[in-house]
Amino acid sequence: MSEYILELKKVSRYFGSVIALKDIDMQIKLGEVHCLLGDNGAGKSTLIKTLAGVHLASEGEFLLNGVPTAFSSPKDALDKGIATVYQDLALVNLMSVTRNFFMGREITKQWGPFKVFDTEKANAIASEGLAQMGIDVRDPEHPIGTMSGGERQCLAIARAIHFGAKVLILDEPTAALGVKQSANVLKVIAKARSRGLAVILITHNVHHAYPVADRFTLLNRGKSLGTWKKSETTREEILEMMAGGQELENLEAELAEFNRVDQQTATA
Amino acid sequence: MVDASHDSQASQMQNAAPDERVRKESFFKRLLTRPELGSVSGALLVFLFFAIVAGDSGMFNADGILNWSTVSAQLGILAIGACLLMIAGEFDLSIGSMIGFAGMMMSIPALYWGWPVWTCIIFAFAGAMLIGFINGYIVVRTGLPSFIVSLAFLFILRGLTIALSILFTNKTIVSGVSEVAEGDLLAAAFGGQIGTSFFNWLGQIGWIETYSDGSPIVSGIPMVIIWWLLLATISSFVLLRTQFGNWIFAAGGDAKAAKNVGVPTDKVKIILFMFTAFCATVFAACQVFEFGSAAADRGLLKEFEAIIAVVIGGALLTGGYGSVVGACFGALIFGVVQMGIFFTGADSDWFRVFLGVMLLIAVLFNNYIRKRVTGSL
Repeated sequence: MSEYILELKKVSRYFGSVIALKDIDMQIKLGEVHCLLGDNGAGKSTLIKTLAGVHLASEGEFLLNGVPTAFSSPKDALDKGIATVYQDLALVNLMSVTRNFFMGREITKQWGPFKVFDTEKANAIASEGLAQMGIDVRDPEHPIGTMSGGERQCLAIARAIHFGAKVLILDEPTAALGVKQSANVLKVIAKARSRGLAVILITHNVHHAYPVADRFTLLNRGKSLGTWKKSETTREEILEMMAGGQELENLEAELAEFNRVDQQTATA
Repeated sequence: MVDASHDSQASQMQNAAPDERVRKESFFKRLLTRPELGSVSGALLVFLFFAIVAGDSGMFNADGILNWSTVSAQLGILAIGACLLMIAGEFDLSIGSMIGFAGMMMSIPALYWGWPVWTCIIFAFAGAMLIGFINGYIVVRTGLPSFIVSLAFLFILRGLTIALSILFTNKTIVSGVSEVAEGDLLAAAFGGQIGTSFFNWLGQIGWIETYSDGSPIVSGIPMVIIWWLLLATISSFVLLRTQFGNWIFAAGGDAKAAKNVGVPTDKVKIILFMFTAFCATVFAACQVFEFGSAAADRGLLKEFEAIIAVVIGGALLTGGYGSVVGACFGALIFGVVQMGIFFTGADSDWFRVFLGVMLLIAVLFNNYIRKRVTGSL
């Protein structure tokens, strides 16, 4: 048993001549929320897809519980306990809470000579799973189209937890949500952590990530800028690193230059 | 893990308090989200209408009932296949042509090549389902709309039916199947009747009218009705109560999402294309063995009638939502109105006007329901 459930050592991923990821080191611990921060094009998507088994790493080592592993497919990653909740959530709006919860993994019972979908048990499990996430389901047979975005996000998370996820990868879970709903989702993330799961939270919103995260890894242009424990850093430091302190200074200088030119043309 | 039970206890306590954001929905409003509602109430209205208008025309006598229930059953069988396929998000416009083709596939070998009738029936089912497989395979492999792929098959199959029947028999209508099918059990399973002695007895005690020789005017329940009820029961059960049923909804609701959680959507769709072809062949077999002939133009426009019945039955054209029971009531409306107009003596052109209007109303209604269900209303 390794200290880390998942460990990346110098993982790189190339697409032809494009270097999408270069020498990424990362350690994921059970019972921790690991926040992956980075601007657009930083390589966040490639990294989660590598973690989720969509892409294979071109170079480097991938340790699952200390054992070198390569995921052959998303299904393989899922079977090994790595569940990814993508932004589109993989939910069907026209279907009920229960049917969505068990979609593709329906529980059945014997009914005479037939195997039938065990609706009662499924309803109970789905309601219970969501209740543990603090979501009260009125009618588990109601279509999820009427649920809010936050509730749907929680449904997708609850589903992943129920089906035995040890590492939960969440792709921008608060991107399309309002303040209150985001808070709900963050609470659910904290609950998942308290149940002993490792959570990898991908976001570019530090304000959402900071309250729940235990560690931060910053990505920039395919490279890791490093990993910090929450106790070692502040929100402002992270924010500055994320925006790229140098670039912000350059921007300020440029704006000052514009102002100067404007004034010159005004006086002329 | 330790505090999981604690968590659930806490949340169950929360559960006790009703959520203030949930409006109490009336029974009627909840009923509105059932896909069957439109077609069941429509069927009631249609029955009521013809009971008043044509109540004394013989439409509700034994032979009248047999008449419209046979028409409904024929369409119903097609509608069941089309319904499951539509819920899975696909269409099959080749059903109608498949009827003609399957009819020929079972008649020509029986009449011209001397095959035993039961082997011809199995041959026709195997052939039709193979074509259904090809149809479905092309759709899932290419990602092309099934509308266009099956439209191609509509023409291919109709053309093949006419060309091959002329090639092999020099005719486009082959008759005399009844004679060779005499005593064939499998043929009787499609063209026969059930409960003949019961109806004889009903005739003897005078509950139904009899001909002058004492035989009842309705001699039994045609197998086509039995097939309809059987297929409806099985399909509805599969759709609502099994894992495969959930996959059908998932494949039509959002194929990408379904795939991401491991639903084999391609397999589901191909199986349903094959099932649609199976239903068309059941229809063809019932016709061939009841009337003793096959014709190259059988089943013309049936694909559209089936789709109409399914849509009246509450299914969404975009997939993911619908009901087999609804589709059966859609077919029932179809049969009752078609025969009702005949019984009232009105011009049968009005039937088409009625169909068009019904279709329009059904689509508007379904659209409203979908918006309610998906929460955008």
